[in-house]
Amino acid sequence: MVRLTHWLTVIAFFALLVSGVEIAISHPRFYWGEVGNVMTTPLFTLHIPSSRDTVPTGYGFVMPDQNGWSRALHFQSAWALLLTGLVYGIYILGTGHLRKDLFPAPAQRTWRAFWQVIAKYLRRAPPDEAEAHSYNAVQRAAYLAVIFILFPLVIWTGLALSPAFDAAVPVAVNALGGRQSARTLHFLVTGSLILFLLAHVTMVSLAGFKSRMRAMITGRATLPPERP
Amino acid sequence: MNNISRRKLFTAGLAATAGLGGLAVAARLARRYGLIPPDNGGVYGPGETLNYAAQRLLTSHSQAREFSRGMISKAPFANAVAPPDDRFKRLQAGGFSGWRLSVDGMVARPGLLSLSDLKSLPIRSQITEVVCEEGWSYIAEWIGTPLADVLNQVGVLPQARYVAYYSADRNWWDSIDMSDALHPQTLLTWAMNDGDLPVGFGGPLRLRVPRQLGYKSVKYITGLTVTDSLKNLGNGLGSPGPEFGYSWYAGI
Repeated sequence: MVRLTHWLTVIAFFALLVSGVEIAISHPRFYWGEVGNVMTTPLFTLHIPSSRDTVPTGYGFVMPDQNGWSRALHFQSAWALLLTGLVYGIYILGTGHLRKDLFPAPAQRTWRAFWQVIAKYLRRAPPDEAEAHSYNAVQRAAYLAVIFILFPLVIWTGLALSPAFDAAVPVAVNALGGRQSARTLHFLVTGSLILFLLAHVTMVSLAGFKSRMRAMITGRATLPPERP
Repeated sequence: MNNISRRKLFTAGLAATAGLGGLAVAARLARRYGLIPPDNGGVYGPGETLNYAAQRLLTSHSQAREFSRGMISKAPFANAVAPPDDRFKRLQAGGFSGWRLSVDGMVARPGLLSLSDLKSLPIRSQITEVVCEEGWSYIAEWIGTPLADVLNQVGVLPQARYVAYYSADRNWWDSIDMSDALHPQTLLTWAMNDGDLPVGFGGPLRLRVPRQLGYKSVKYITGLTVTDSLKNLGNGLGSPGPEFGYSWYAGI
């Protein structure tokens, strides 16, 4: 179930990323506070062409409008991600996967244990036998942060962009400092998720891309013995 | 096949049957309570339906956020519109005194309303944010006649489920369900901030639907059609938007 939800999350995340980038292209300016538009000063601007001729980009051309399917794909993938997350959440609580494998083990709850893993990474030392079957202190901290901080934040900031949701739950957007702050945070949290993804894929590659991929797809940490 | 895999197969089969049965019941209930949007077909139909159904269940009685006078945007952004045609220019030269709003469909008293007819009905003003699907927004005070009061005036028949609205820009029309049509914040707006509604912002008459994205707040409103089904209007999808991938329901 962990493997199934992992790969469903991968598919939904990439769909959200592609469609989200596409939507951002229609207004690559980010603001802070409640309102923001081409008549107000942005917090920062992405120096890319836009798919709207109303946005001053400095480029002499306008990209084609792809927001229709992008928005539809974004929301449909968000539903898929949310439902996958719910199944995963119930599963890790129910089976003890959260308590046993994700929450730091007693020996891992010190800064010392944490830094030892970092030092080991920096020495490029090969993973020991235990690490093929269980997560170390740094992995547990990173996975917990993604599952319980970044994903909830990206869903919250995304929902805060829905005018009807804000009408029903005004605190969702007001607590973030306004609609444009919510949009900017949605973009920045996505950036953090991309950083995690890059680190995650790098670590998988260093640990042996083929064997780790095989493990995450089949559930077998090591090669099964060859049959005669 | 050993016992364990047989048990697994049985459980999986049971779960699949229960899942499909649950979906069928959910679909029937959704249809009955009007939770299916007109653009429910195609690859993204499930997502559109989930958005609309979830938001209708959660938000049907909620009010869009209103802001203080101090938060009104000093320089609101009008967005681009098609250049007005000759007919529009003639009406504009006459101070829009010849502007008419037609109301037809499932109403007891269909007819034409002038801007001064609208202004003789109850007036409401509200300071709300216009939110564009592209990401930008601004806040303005909108003054107008609640659509609900216009609908009461003409007598909506009980089987009505949607209100379609048409723009002087012939390619532009849209529709909303009765939940939004009768919502107190849905305004036929004819003034903005301190004066008449400027043409750039949809003057002389714009339908403001503040719980949905800006593209549902159609400019230059010339007609309303009250109906029980969107199938026979235009493309049958409730607005031209879905043909280009843009959702009919834009609360998200």
